[in-house]
Amino acid sequence: MRSAESSAAIRSAWAVGLAVSAYGVSFGALSVAAGLDIWQTCVLSLLMFSGGSQFALVGVIASAGASAGPAAIASAALLGTRNGLYALRVAPFIGGPLAKKFLAAHWTIDETTAVSTAQPTIEGQRAGFWWTGAIIYIGWNLTTLAGALIGDLLGDVSRWGLDAAAAAAFLGLLWPRLTQLQPVVVAIAAAVVAAVLTPALPAGIPVLVAALVAVVVGLTNWLGPKPASAGESPS
Amino acid sequence: MTIWQIVILASIAVLALKLVGYIVPPSFVEKPVPARITNLLTVALLSALIAVQTLGLGQSVVLDARVPALVVAAGLFALRVPFILVVIAAAGTAALIRAFA
Repeated sequence: MRSAESSAAIRSAWAVGLAVSAYGVSFGALSVAAGLDIWQTCVLSLLMFSGGSQFALVGVIASAGASAGPAAIASAALLGTRNGLYALRVAPFIGGPLAKKFLAAHWTIDETTAVSTAQPTIEGQRAGFWWTGAIIYIGWNLTTLAGALIGDLLGDVSRWGLDAAAAAAFLGLLWPRLTQLQPVVVAIAAAVVAAVLTPALPAGIPVLVAALVAVVVGLTNWLGPKPASAGESPS
Repeated sequence: MTIWQIVILASIAVLALKLVGYIVPPSFVEKPVPARITNLLTVALLSALIAVQTLGLGQSVVLDARVPALVVAAGLFALRVPFILVVIAAAGTAALIRAFA
């Protein structure tokens, strides 16, 4: 029999998992619109399995093609650094053999971290992590395939407004993070830096330069909260 | 580079970063500076990508149907409309403007 804590965690896992899986349709369609084929799109969801990084990779390829490969890889990797930070919070309650830890690492993303760390007991944390991970992994990959097939049928990108959908998708990932003055200022400054540098630098590079805004503000903690509350929780 | 090389290399990089968190000592997480930079890095990259996706056309900056589409998306996110509906609404806004412009 399941404990009450596990049942509560599993309910959260379903709610979050189903909502997030729906994003897969937009990723699949945008990826095909950017010039990747259906197989490449599905491999990204199977192997990379991190929404922000996947959207970033296809976004750079959409604007500059395969010649911007290094910038596309760097954008995806930089957006993936937060997963490493999440792993630090999740690792203590995962445990088990190496293969299990490897699978846990692959499933360490925004949503599994958010659901698991919100549970009060270790049992609930484990249930929350594995259920959220499994539901999103299956759901995200199925909806990615569906989106890729739809995108393949639609053909012309701008006629259907798919280029505008990409910006809206990024905004959806950014929105929950704009809760304090510091991230809002970083977001505005990074957008200005990227837009101003676009005519001057090769595609993909302005985004990487804009990331320096985060490093500078992060090091100085300009406009930041007091040190006691500096450790933010994942959204 | 081919698209396949980009897809595989980037996927390995993102997976490796997840594994790093299981290998480095947990005391790292107690330090506020790396945690703060990582959180702000996500914000800066997403925001820069929005700017480039909305205004960029190759290497030039243009104002077109994507700008009102993004404004619509921001309004809907503020009203807590679900992600997938907002993305569809943004695409529809741009498509409508282009169809009648």
